Amino acid sequence: MDVDDCNKSEVGSVKGQGVNGWTREGEWAARMRAAISGDAGAYRLFLASVTPHLRSMARHRCRTTGASEGDAEDIVQEALLAIHLKRGTWDQSRPIGPWIAAIVRNKLIDTLRRRGRQTMVPIEDVMNTLGVEDQNDGLSSREIDSLLTRLKSQQREIVQSISINGSSVRETADRLHMSEGAVRVALHRALKTLADLYRSQIS
Amino acid sequence: MKTDDLIDLLAKDLRPGWPFARIVSAAALCGVLVTAAVFFLGIGFRSDISQALESVRFLFKFVVTITLAVGATGAAITLSRPSVGIERWGWALAAVPTLLLCAVGLELIAVPESAWMGRLVGHNARFCLTLIPLLAIGPVVCLFIALRRGAPIKPRLTGALAGLAASGIAATFYAFSCTDDSPLFLATWYPIATLIVAAVGYLAGDRLLGW
Repeated sequence: MDVDDCNKSEVGSVKGQGVNGWTREGEWAARMRAAISGDAGAYRLFLASVTPHLRSMARHRCRTTGASEGDAEDIVQEALLAIHLKRGTWDQSRPIGPWIAAIVRNKLIDTLRRRGRQTMVPIEDVMNTLGVEDQNDGLSSREIDSLLTRLKSQQREIVQSISINGSSVRETADRLHMSEGAVRVALHRALKTLADLYRSQIS
Repeated sequence: MKTDDLIDLLAKDLRPGWPFARIVSAAALCGVLVTAAVFFLGIGFRSDISQALESVRFLFKFVVTITLAVGATGAAITLSRPSVGIERWGWALAAVPTLLLCAVGLELIAVPESAWMGRLVGHNARFCLTLIPLLAIGPVVCLFIALRRGAPIKPRLTGALAGLAASGIAATFYAFSCTDDSPLFLATWYPIATLIVAAVGYLAGDRLLGW
C-alpha cells in the first residue's frame, strides 16, 4: 500500500545520515546507561533527545494511516511512558535503536487499534523514521489529561504537583505532609496506573 | 500535560533497580524454593532413593527436566525484550523433545516388546498428572510477577514459556518421588502434565503480560 511509497521516499534521507545515526544511537545508549545507574540528569537528556524522533515517527504514521495529526502527541507521550516503565528490558550489550523502535511500534499499534485504524506497522518503517527529527517543544496532549482525572486523588495531586507545577519530590512531600519515600512510591504507582489506563482503552 | 512536563515527571521517577534478567532469575529461584518446601513437607523422596541415584534412567529424568526449566526461563527472558527473539534458548528447548525421543529409542532396544506397555503405563500416571501442575503453581506465580516488568511482543507465547519453566522446576522435584523411571513413562506423562501448565501460562500471558 502507500506505506511502501513513504518508505522509499524516506530511505534516502536516512542513508544520508547513516554516520550521524550511529553516533546518535551511541549517545542515547551512553545516556541510558548512565540513567540506569541512577543519573537523573542523563535520563532527562535521553528522553528529551529521543522525543523529537518519536514525534516524527508518530506523525509519519498518523499521516500514512489517515489518523489525525493531533493523535501524534498522544502516541509520543504513551511511548515515553512505556520507554520509562520498560527501560529494564533494554539489554545494555545491544544497540538501543531497535529497542526504542520496537516499543514505539507496539504503542503505535495500540493507538491505531484504539482509533479503529489499520494496524499493520512494518518494523522497517519505524526504524527508518527513527532517523528523522521533528522538533516542536511545548506540545501537549489532551488524552493524558483525561486519563489523569481517573487516578486516585492523591496520586493525581502528586503527578500534577511534580509535572505541571514543577515542584520537586521533597516540596511535594512537605506540602502534602507525606514522607519523600511515600511520594516516590505513589508517583511510581500513578505512572503504572496511567500505562494501564492507556491500555484499557483498547476494546 | 505538555510532553516536556511528562519528561520531567519521568526523570523524577528514576530509581536504580536490578536488571530485568536478574529479577526473572531471582523469581525462578523463589519458585524453586517454594516447590522445594511443598515437596519436602508433603511428598518427599521415594524410599529407594539411594539405589535410584545409581540408575541411569533415574538420573536421565533430571537432564530433561532441568534443561526444560533453564531453557524455558531463558527463553521467557529474551522474549520479554521487545526487539529480541528466542535466540540460543530455542536450542535448549528443542533439546528437550530430542533427548526424550533418543531415550525412548534406546529403551525400545534395551527392553523386550512385552514389557513396553507396562513401562509406559507405569504406576504413578495419576500422581504425575496432578503433582506436577500442583508443584508448578508456586514457580508460575513467581515468574509471572517478575515477567510483568517485561515488554513481550508475544505475551501469550511468553506466558506459555513461563508455564514450561514452572513445570520444568516442578517435574525436577516430582521426579525424586516418582518410581517410574522408564523413558517411555517420562515421554508420555510428563509432557501431558507440562502442556497443561503451559496452556494455563498461554492464557494468563494474554491477560497479564500485555503492556
